[in-house]
Amino acid sequence: MTAVLSPRDRRSLQRASLKHRLAEKGVDRVLWLLVPGAVFVALLFVYPFLYGLQLSFQPKGGGNPFQNYVTFFSDPYLADTVWITLRLGLPAALFNVLASIPIAFRMRGRFRGKRALTTLLVIPITLGTVLTAEGLLAFFGPTGWFNRIWMALGADEPARLTHNYWGVLFSLIITGFPFAFLLTLSYLSGIDPTLEQAAATLGASKRQRFRTITMPLLAPGLAVTFCLSFVLAFSVFPSAVMVGNPAGETHVMSIAAYETALRDNDFAMGSAIAMLMALVMLIVIGVVLIWRTTLYRGATGGKG
Amino acid sequence: MSGQQRFAELHLDRVQRAFGDTVALKGMDLTIKGGEFVALLGPSGCGKSTALNCLAGLLPLTGGRITLDGKRIDDLPPEKRGFGMVFQNYALFPHMSVRRNIGFGLSMRRTPKAELNRRVDEAVRLVQLEEHQHKFPAQLSGGQQQRVAIARAIVLEPPLVLMDEPLSNLDAALRLEMRTEIRRLHQSLGLTTVYVTHDQEEALALADRLVVLRLGEVQQVGSPEEVYAHPVNRYVAGFMGYRNMIPVTVTSQDGERTTVRADGVELVGVKREELTEKAVAAVRPEDFAVVTETGANTLEATVEIVEYHGREQAVQARLRNGGQLHVRTSSRLASGDTIRLKVPVERVLVFS
Ligand SMILES: Nc1ncnc2c1ncn2[C@@H]1O[C@H](COP(=O)(O)OP(=O)(O)O)[C@@H](O)[C@H]1O
Ligand SMILES: [Mg+2]
Repeated sequence: MTAVLSPRDRRSLQRASLKHRLAEKGVDRVLWLLVPGAVFVALLFVYPFLYGLQLSFQPKGGGNPFQNYVTFFSDPYLADTVWITLRLGLPAALFNVLASIPIAFRMRGRFRGKRALTTLLVIPITLGTVLTAEGLLAFFGPTGWFNRIWMALGADEPARLTHNYWGVLFSLIITGFPFAFLLTLSYLSGIDPTLEQAAATLGASKRQRFRTITMPLLAPGLAVTFCLSFVLAFSVFPSAVMVGNPAGETHVMSIAAYETALRDNDFAMGSAIAMLMALVMLIVIGVVLIWRTTLYRGATGGKG
Repeated sequence: MSGQQRFAELHLDRVQRAFGDTVALKGMDLTIKGGEFVALLGPSGCGKSTALNCLAGLLPLTGGRITLDGKRIDDLPPEKRGFGMVFQNYALFPHMSVRRNIGFGLSMRRTPKAELNRRVDEAVRLVQLEEHQHKFPAQLSGGQQQRVAIARAIVLEPPLVLMDEPLSNLDAALRLEMRTEIRRLHQSLGLTTVYVTHDQEEALALADRLVVLRLGEVQQVGSPEEVYAHPVNRYVAGFMGYRNMIPVTVTSQDGERTTVRADGVELVGVKREELTEKAVAAVRPEDFAVVTETGANTLEATVEIVEYHGREQAVQARLRNGGQLHVRTSSRLASGDTIRLKVPVERVLVFS
């Protein structure tokens, strides 16, 4: 290469080679565009988190830095919130993921009215928790339609479906299902349909195809869907107040944190509860994701 | 591998498949004998895959019936038909090793472990994948994936193997190699095979019998020689390498012998269909001979483009009336030459 290069050519050559040198070190200059976003996230998320964390170790009355945590676990009214919230969040997330599988399975192909049906299934997202709660009160309340029909069918007393555990669970299912469904549907449409056809020509029945092909390829996606559904359900607040029994059966962690911080003015204790909430979520997500690493997670051959 | 369940005759009776208003397969009639290698040939979109999927049971028919030795099978789901299928994109299970892919059909049949292992070993050896049997599909090259797909389909010794353009995703050299491989497997195992392709060379090389399809309709069924030498219409002729379709006027007919006028010159050819006045004369590029003297069945043209192909040249020439001719010749020509092209009577096929 002894050809004469104009200075401009040489500059552009150097630029290109700089790009290649950086690429070899795994540096992609376009990704630097994410820096402002990353700073924003740090300011809005990491800083408050760290602030809350250190605050939780400065109990209102001074003394033992772990005092807030000790108080939490020695006061059954507070300690029980962990179990109460898990008892709502885990079944709601599990139900939403499991229920979305057969529905997404049916909705994979092309059929008349698919768009209308998808819209109907997704509408609860747009309603928001408060509207859903009001609807639930009107529908399942002591004088709601459900109980009128229930009584007309000969029941002695109205079924108690609101202002308790069940009301909150229903609300979590109604608002959480669309997320689970949309995620499952997109994971499912990422699986190449000829894989199932191939399995069929090899003699696999519908059930065997589901068990040996679809489920293994879908499972990693379901794990992620479960984690997201769980996080959504675990931080339940409005419906626990509106259709639940916030002082008893549905005294969830977020309500406890809110009450200590804003009603009792004990921000340090509130922070401690919020930290414990994050910890419980991380443990559940960690367990699910560890299980996920044991699965096949490569390409599923579909159009993605 | 031996003793696969041979059948005597698979019969397609006016098999039809429509997608809404488009009819992809218009009443296909075909009889496949046990042990045969049949190729379905036609351009993209002519309904080849549709026909294959109907045979496999992956697509329900919208008309007609399929019978195997007299028993109706078109109402059986694919898993009950037990035909092996090789898909165009291979459709290997990405979460299973090569061995588990190949053994999948056997394990669905609850084959005892020892027998399963023995048969998978045999199939792995047959397609020469011993070194790769514990890998996953994503770790294999295209040709190796292809071999896994074939092994997976034939390890069950199915009565019928269906292949949908199995070589179309491979590069040219590998395509030739796998073609020979498929023919070798067919000969050593005697598996009845229906092979779909849009490549006429592949079909001619592999098949005992060709079925040429167009717009969902069967055009011609016959041995490679028959279809190659005696195409029944201009469409099949075009597909079989008759690249020159010269528009002509029929002047006289004497039995098969037909005299036509083209570009101010008389041509004598063989009639292949009932003719009206307007017709086309079909000639293969390699059937033209470059000659020096004028005479019977000789056209005059000007050379435009010459492509070097080793022993031969591919020449594009233009007739005086503007029509284009494709010629393959070993004479050395140059652009701008005026040449005379002679073609034997039996090599001019006249179609309506
Ligand atoms: N699922 C489908 N829905 C609608 N039309 C289809 C479908 N599958 C195939 N077709 C149509 O049927 C015709 C034949 O398709 P196909 O059998 O795939 O052709 P080939 O395999 O010969 O390329 C095409 O015109 C195609 O558009
Ligand atoms: Mg096709």
